[in-house]
Amino acid sequence: MRIRRLKAIALKELLQIWRDPRSLMIALLMPFSQMFLLGYGVTLDLKHIPICTFDREASQNSQALLKHFEASSYFAISRNIQTYPALVAAVDRSDCKVAIVIPPDFSERLNDTGRSTVQAILDATDDNTANIAFGYAVAVVSGYSQDVALDALGRQGNQFRQIQPMTVQSRVWFNEDLVSRNFIIPGVVAVIMALVGAQLTSLTISREWERGTMELLVSTPVTPSEVMVGKLAPYLVLGWIDAAFCLIIATFWFGVPFRGTLFTLFVTTTLFLIVVLGIGYLLSVLIRSQIGASQIALLLTMLPTTLLSGYVFPIDQMPTVIQDITYLVYSRYYVTIIKAIFLKGAGIPALAMPILFLLVYAVAVMTLAARAFRKSLD
Amino acid sequence: MNEAGHSLQAAKIDQVIADDLVKRFGKFVAVDHVSFRISSGEIMGFLGPNGAGKSTIIRTLCGLLRPSSGRTIVAGIDVSRDPEGVRQRIGYMSQKFSLYRDLTVEENLRFFGGIYNVPRAELRERMRFAIDMAGLAGREQAMVGTLAGGWMQRLALGCAVLHRPPILFLDEPTSGVEPASRRRFWDLIHSLASEGVTVLVSTHYMEEAEYCHRVALINHGRLIASGSPAELKRRAIGGELLLLECDALGQTLEALQNAPDVRDCSVFGDALHVLVGNAEKNLTELPDLLAAKGLRPSHIARISPSLEDVFVQLIAADVAAPRVAA
Repeated sequence: MRIRRLKAIALKELLQIWRDPRSLMIALLMPFSQMFLLGYGVTLDLKHIPICTFDREASQNSQALLKHFEASSYFAISRNIQTYPALVAAVDRSDCKVAIVIPPDFSERLNDTGRSTVQAILDATDDNTANIAFGYAVAVVSGYSQDVALDALGRQGNQFRQIQPMTVQSRVWFNEDLVSRNFIIPGVVAVIMALVGAQLTSLTISREWERGTMELLVSTPVTPSEVMVGKLAPYLVLGWIDAAFCLIIATFWFGVPFRGTLFTLFVTTTLFLIVVLGIGYLLSVLIRSQIGASQIALLLTMLPTTLLSGYVFPIDQMPTVIQDITYLVYSRYYVTIIKAIFLKGAGIPALAMPILFLLVYAVAVMTLAARAFRKSLD
Repeated sequence: MNEAGHSLQAAKIDQVIADDLVKRFGKFVAVDHVSFRISSGEIMGFLGPNGAGKSTIIRTLCGLLRPSSGRTIVAGIDVSRDPEGVRQRIGYMSQKFSLYRDLTVEENLRFFGGIYNVPRAELRERMRFAIDMAGLAGREQAMVGTLAGGWMQRLALGCAVLHRPPILFLDEPTSGVEPASRRRFWDLIHSLASEGVTVLVSTHYMEEAEYCHRVALINHGRLIASGSPAELKRRAIGGELLLLECDALGQTLEALQNAPDVRDCSVFGDALHVLVGNAEKNLTELPDLLAAKGLRPSHIARISPSLEDVFVQLIAADVAAPRVAA
């Protein structure tokens, strides 16, 4: 491998990227748009779930219960409804995810028997949201129920010590505020790197074929590995720039804590970039059209990275077969790594396993890519 | 001593050898048992229609295509054994323009200088030479895609000779270039050849073949004849050529085909080309013969055949000859 040739190829590639608005757009604008789109768009926190209420009693008690709902940040009362059909219609129109119905004998039964019920109607088209909303609703109601019980005891003049059943004192680590964004954003960085990296290099060889410049290039004494390394070098630099953008947006804009070292992030990101750039390059060599290569690159990076890397959907909750498949998804290792660096401040020793996997992947992809490029028109 | 200098000293050796070369693409035989040799400093022209197999032969010699059978030796190196060794010693201009259009003149030259590892000390002077040769002085910063055809082709030649290769393969370098630029291009080729560079150039412009030291006629993947233009004309035509202008072309043609000593007669534009055994004799006899049939040629003269005549003649002969199945 001759440095002189590497430099010639890298410089040429850099000039071409610089003069090709499409490449530059992918390289520099995509990280921004994706970061904001996914950073804001993807959130697992349920807040201000719209609810409708149907208070059939309209007593002090029933209003007190509804106040609890109003006070909770998990719910936002969108409407108070007066008839049952109107309630059904509101659920049908998706005006609310939850409808709370307070029966007309709510206070009466509470006073007579000491127990009463409220009805919660859930729109379970999204079962996950419904489940969570139901959990929140139960919590709100039981909070109110405890107030009522204590109140009743007080009025009876009983001086019983407040009975507290066992409670768990929890302490949350790493993502103390349990903000899902802190967990998602580092994953978004991985998705962006995978997407942009493979997209850019998927064009590099196919462009030479399409423009007819490949015929001359293969007639020169340049070696396949010189072409590969020379062409990938400028994209690696672009990848670093993108990573820096992502890091800045993640920490300064979204306020995601960054507890690791820049060195660990740099080393692991470089390794990951080599893998994705290599995959894009390999596709570019195998598929001689720019459109074809970039489409396949999108398919091979986007789908596995968003679905199987664990960036949003936890891998350990997937069926075993799918879990086994995720070991092939190179992004899963980087998602593990980058989340650990951001939130846990993990160093290289703690990340040895995923780094090793990425290393194996990088070597395999580079070897394949260097072999796939044949200096022949056959 | 660099490679070029070395090969210049070894005078008159065969720089390019194709030995029983065959190239098939599936069932299609693109190159059909072709053999030839080109010695140093020689300009060999490949003449033939589009799709005759000229490009395929050149690509095989550059090591871009693997021959189905047969051997190719370039600069003394077996191409299939050491293609990289060959590539350092050749310059190649492909049929389709293949420099980077989104790079400037200078950036393209610098790129190929780097790829061919032209010594830095020498590169500036070599680039100067290429720019002057292409007539691009003052336009070094122009984007190559904005240049006119003739400049593009000369720049491509400049890039191909940047590393002083002893052998040049030029695949239809002048196609799509205006005639004045073509002339200039051929002057460049001749000056390179006079310095000892071996040139293999393909063209489908008949008149360009006249500029070559030697011409090989290629048709349907086969080399049907080769030799200097003069030699080919003598050999192929097998007689002397007369030009005859007249009004009634059809009738005259018919009359001449039955005339004694007329070997062939064909329409050429609005005149007839008549192939005869003896020009002097027929110059006087033919008008008489025609006059007897009431035909009056307006002009008759002896002409020297063009390569186009030769080509038509040889292809006709080739088609008539029994062909060995490939």
